[in-house]
Amino acid sequence: MIAYLLKRLGLVVPIALAVSVVCFALVYLAPGDPLSAIVPSDASKEMIDELKKEYGFDKPIPVQYAVWLGRTLQGNLGQSIATGRPVATEIGNAIGNTLILAFAASLVGFTLGAVLGTIAGYFSGSWIDKAVSAIAVAGVSVPHYWLGMVLVIVFSVILGWLPAMGAGPGGSGEWTWDAEHVKHLILPAIALSVIPTSIVTRTIRALVADTLSKEFVTALVAKGLGQGAIFMHVVKNVAPTALAVMGVQLGYLMGGSILIETVFSWPGTGFLLNTAIFQRDVPLLQGTILVLAMFFVALNLVVDIVQTALDPRIRRT
Amino acid sequence: MSATAPTVDLPIAAAAAQGYWTGVFKRLLRDKVAVACALVLIAIVLAAIFAPYVAPADPAKGAILKRLQPIGSEGFPLGSDELGRDMLSRLIYGGRLSLLMGISPVVFALLIGSFLGIVAGFVGGRTNTVIMRTVDVFFAFPSVLLAVAISGALGAGIANAVLALTVVFIPPIARVAESVTTQVRSLDFVEAARASGAGAFTIIRVHILGNVLGPIFVYATSLVSVSMILAAGLSFLGLGTKPPDPEWGLMLNTLRTAIYIQPWVAALPGALIFVVSISFNLLSDGMRSAMDVQR
Repeated sequence: MIAYLLKRLGLVVPIALAVSVVCFALVYLAPGDPLSAIVPSDASKEMIDELKKEYGFDKPIPVQYAVWLGRTLQGNLGQSIATGRPVATEIGNAIGNTLILAFAASLVGFTLGAVLGTIAGYFSGSWIDKAVSAIAVAGVSVPHYWLGMVLVIVFSVILGWLPAMGAGPGGSGEWTWDAEHVKHLILPAIALSVIPTSIVTRTIRALVADTLSKEFVTALVAKGLGQGAIFMHVVKNVAPTALAVMGVQLGYLMGGSILIETVFSWPGTGFLLNTAIFQRDVPLLQGTILVLAMFFVALNLVVDIVQTALDPRIRRT
Repeated sequence: MSATAPTVDLPIAAAAAQGYWTGVFKRLLRDKVAVACALVLIAIVLAAIFAPYVAPADPAKGAILKRLQPIGSEGFPLGSDELGRDMLSRLIYGGRLSLLMGISPVVFALLIGSFLGIVAGFVGGRTNTVIMRTVDVFFAFPSVLLAVAISGALGAGIANAVLALTVVFIPPIARVAESVTTQVRSLDFVEAARASGAGAFTIIRVHILGNVLGPIFVYATSLVSVSMILAAGLSFLGLGTKPPDPEWGLMLNTLRTAIYIQPWVAALPGALIFVVSISFNLLSDGMRSAMDVQR
């Protein structure tokens, strides 16, 4: 296990480096001179010179990357053009809100998905199975940002039960676990949860149906085991793959919440990306993408390790 | 919205290519859901193509006194938008850009991704390693994030959005193409062809392509649904087309403030994205089971 752990950790380094190269390249994708992408349009001559030196734009690109990587590893992600504050500070303020939203959405999605998927798997082929499959297809096909709007229309505009936007009363950024804040969380979390719900449902349905059709289950029934004991066997067989899918989905939620955060004016990283797009703030865009992608890489690593610990048959190379 | 590791069933049982595809088509026609979805999609595509003949009004002409009319009002069967433009006409015209932005990335990614995947799978060895490890890097990004990163850096515009989404869809298609090609390559008939002296090009053209293009194509159709949602999503974020062009994602964005006045008019463009996306999904499911001979 320890050998595997070391090997898996070693594999993460090249992936993380490659991800950083893609993020680094974003500045060069931006139209025009890369310098113009990172300085405010009203910057003074001295500031431009200083930035030029800091980024090393006069040096060859591999050197520029090394300089950038060195700064990034020290936690310096540059300055936001829009606000003038360090990008790392901006992300630090926003990432908590994104995490809260992503965890709330995954809690809804994983619970619903596990319940629906298990029921459909147990009754595979029946009308319940067909109904659950229809829900799952609808869930992956619905534009979740539109679903968010529809939820606002129904629960905020028409019924007036829940707030339409923001993370709390008065638009304050500080999150606390009280009723007022949780009320703000409900609609965006539901809108964001439809994709994990559908994908977890589909996965668990297939796994449960497959496990139940295995010969060892027939043997267990023949041995006279009760439904409860057989269910435990099913859970044991389904859990490793199901957890892996859930872990990846959590990562998608963190990166994919930009549209939902825009619809609900949720003050997270998606909102930062939105600001970055509108203000053409490339350092902010680059830094936020880098941090979210690294979260995703780390999450995939954790998923792999947990999955292997649960099921030693899977030793990914 | 996810690009999880895809699985594809190989149509190995296909004996004669002609008979196989006719059989697939016949089975597809018996699938009522798939046929219904195909008809819905054909209707929407035709309406978009012949928009000038189908739309009752000019999609760009507004009437300041007729802003945000409800659905079913005089002269506005589906209401009017925030500038008093006819919603029905804008939805019909909007299909042009929305379908173009949703479908073309998958087409481009299908061409590039299947080329990369087939080469990687057929040649194997170091070529395979280089191509597939590069593809892996893009799997380290959640798809929405990658699309926003690229089109955000490139700036707003239809071409940039299509380019960003093409980059998003090349890796999953390349992975499927590689795994299918690797499977087919190790089959006996390929070995027999090689033993009888066929060159690499002939083997790819005659034996590989015929067996791998079907599964890759079906997988790609399942991506169109995601692509439609993401393309409209980029426009929704202001990264796709610009006003006053009608496009469903952008319409959804500009109508966001109207949800307090005409909520259901504001929700219409999203409903169309949903219909197109679910139709592509179900049609793709139907095609997959029609091609799966064992079932």
